[in-house]
Amino acid sequence: MVELKVGDRRVLGRGDFPAFFAALRDAGYDVIGPTIHDGAIVYDRLTRVEDLPIGWTDRQGPGKYRLERRGDQALFGYNVGPFTWKKFLYPPRERLWTAYRDGDAFSIEPEPVDGPPLAFLGMRACELAGVRVTDRVFQGGPVADPGYSARRSRLLRIAVECGEAGANCFCVSMGTGPGVGADVDLVLTEILEPGPHRFLLRVGSPAGAEVLARVPLTPAEPTDGQIAEAIVERTAGSMGRTMNTEGIRDLLRNNLEHPRWDNVAKRCLACTNCTMVCPTCFCSTQEEVPDLDVSKVERWRRWDSCFNLAFTELHGSSVRKSGLSRYRQWLTHKLGTWNDQFGSSGCVGCGRCITWCPVGIDLTEEVAAIRKSPGATAAAATKGGSP
Amino acid sequence: MPVHKPRVAVWKFASCDGCQLTMLDCEDALLAIADKVEIANFREASSAVVEGPYDLSLVEGSVTTPEDVRRVKEVRAESRVLVTIGACATAGGIQALRNFADVDEYRRLVYAQPQYIETLATSTPIADHVPVDFELRGCPISKAQLLEVISAYLTNRAPNVPNESVCIECKRRGNVCVLVAHGTPCLGPVTQAGCGAICPAFHRGCYGCFGPQGSPNVPSMLKELGELGMAPLPMYRVFRTFNAMAPAFRSAADSAVSEEDAP
Ligand code: SF4
Ligand code: SF4
Repeated sequence: MVELKVGDRRVLGRGDFPAFFAALRDAGYDVIGPTIHDGAIVYDRLTRVEDLPIGWTDRQGPGKYRLERRGDQALFGYNVGPFTWKKFLYPPRERLWTAYRDGDAFSIEPEPVDGPPLAFLGMRACELAGVRVTDRVFQGGPVADPGYSARRSRLLRIAVECGEAGANCFCVSMGTGPGVGADVDLVLTEILEPGPHRFLLRVGSPAGAEVLARVPLTPAEPTDGQIAEAIVERTAGSMGRTMNTEGIRDLLRNNLEHPRWDNVAKRCLACTNCTMVCPTCFCSTQEEVPDLDVSKVERWRRWDSCFNLAFTELHGSSVRKSGLSRYRQWLTHKLGTWNDQFGSSGCVGCGRCITWCPVGIDLTEEVAAIRKSPGATAAAATKGGSP
Repeated sequence: MPVHKPRVAVWKFASCDGCQLTMLDCEDALLAIADKVEIANFREASSAVVEGPYDLSLVEGSVTTPEDVRRVKEVRAESRVLVTIGACATAGGIQALRNFADVDEYRRLVYAQPQYIETLATSTPIADHVPVDFELRGCPISKAQLLEVISAYLTNRAPNVPNESVCIECKRRGNVCVLVAHGTPCLGPVTQAGCGAICPAFHRGCYGCFGPQGSPNVPSMLKELGELGMAPLPMYRVFRTFNAMAPAFRSAADSAVSEEDAP
């Protein structure tokens, strides 16, 4: 068998997909991928190919999500669901360390960060971009987060190029998809027709090449490449939404008193769903959990959100009391000041915050409304600022 | 911490005892507490009563009789820290529905000898009568939060009981949103977390047992419930339950129906 190199392309037949799946498990990976749970496609541990949502798709709208049968047996014929890969790299609740008291002294035991290497099967282009963002957040500073870094260093990223765009997708606007670039381990493009159901496979890294060593593959014909390109092009041309990002940081910064913030605040429930489902929202709160005689104290971290009143609580009161100030903080950070802080937008255009907002607030619409009348102010509403 | 074992008392006003039972349900953790504290008064567990003062009083139930009004002041006077537990003690409970009705009429309908029944026209939370140090929500309260509150007060720190929405618990737990994915009306976005998002985990909408979250947007929630197909009367009813007197839920019910349609 010839050794595969980075950049090589091969064809994997649908019939050989189980062999590919088995190769991942044989290589010691815990395979995490899409599967149906409670009426949605979520990411979870997969034990066999049949765990994938074969023949299913999702219909999405603002505040709306429904599963539907497809007319074919596609393995990846849907877009992104309510959960993101972040929950495996950065769990919703995580113990960081435990402290033990010993008389007047105390000792700290760090939390072990072992566990099997993970293979994320079916990452979309926007989601790869999302992990690049969280990489910068958790590892880009002077101190890297130990848990995130340990899990991330053992991660195999297997991407799928989207064959269709969802109604809330706008990766093209954010420059993150739907085509997958070079920073990845393996890329699949699912080809349903013409010809047999198959996948064009592209090798992105030596780790990706390694798992393919014993998988039956055939050479890729030039037409396979052309078909895959056409699929990605068609997806790119059918984005459900667009967002004009030109000068967006300054647009938002110069419109902090725009009446649209008040309009959106009337609808916003301050429920946190948008931040929970966003692949890049990373805020957390730390809590100490002592036992009753304080001989042992555990430090836990759990997902928090800028939509929570307590998020900015200082001396018993919140800095951002109004819903307006919280929505504005979220959007101006995500699309604007994120650039100053991390060198990119915080939004990868996945559309999750639109779908999973119970009242269907759509950030692309909010930005467009501000762009339509920049500089507008509601004199009465802005008197003394909006705390 | 005081030199003596801290003395904890549990008091009952108008309630179903469910919150006290939550405490008994803490089993192993309760044994650990029993070892660290002196349980001075806990009728659900033991009939022994130790005289006050108490370091921590946990108060269940609402104030519904003139006798309650007197007794709650006594409890306060004897307690260094007073924590109210459950929807009855923090919002008046389901029995606060009387606040919207004619109690005399109830009295005549329910009791053969109504003249022997001495009751107030309203059911009110403990905090309406005496200063309360902390209100622990829920119908019933959550075990974990109860232990957190006890441990916090026994170690002189603030309890870690967030006033965020149920939605964040759903997401941390991995529940698929029943409102977005199933079209099920759900009070999660306006309700305070604490239960662990139990109902959505079983495909039901949230019933609001923990009362309003820290910053509930009632008008937007009502509009969304309407768009999900909920008629005004069911919308009114869903807010007239265990936390009917909590101001945000009270106004939600009031604005769900027009005055003449209100039952
Ligand atoms: S802000 Fe919304 S669209 Fe952008 S990455 Fe987050 S969830 Fe996706
Ligand atoms: S924008 Fe939507 S999802 Fe986000 S906090 Fe407001 S209501 Fe909730």
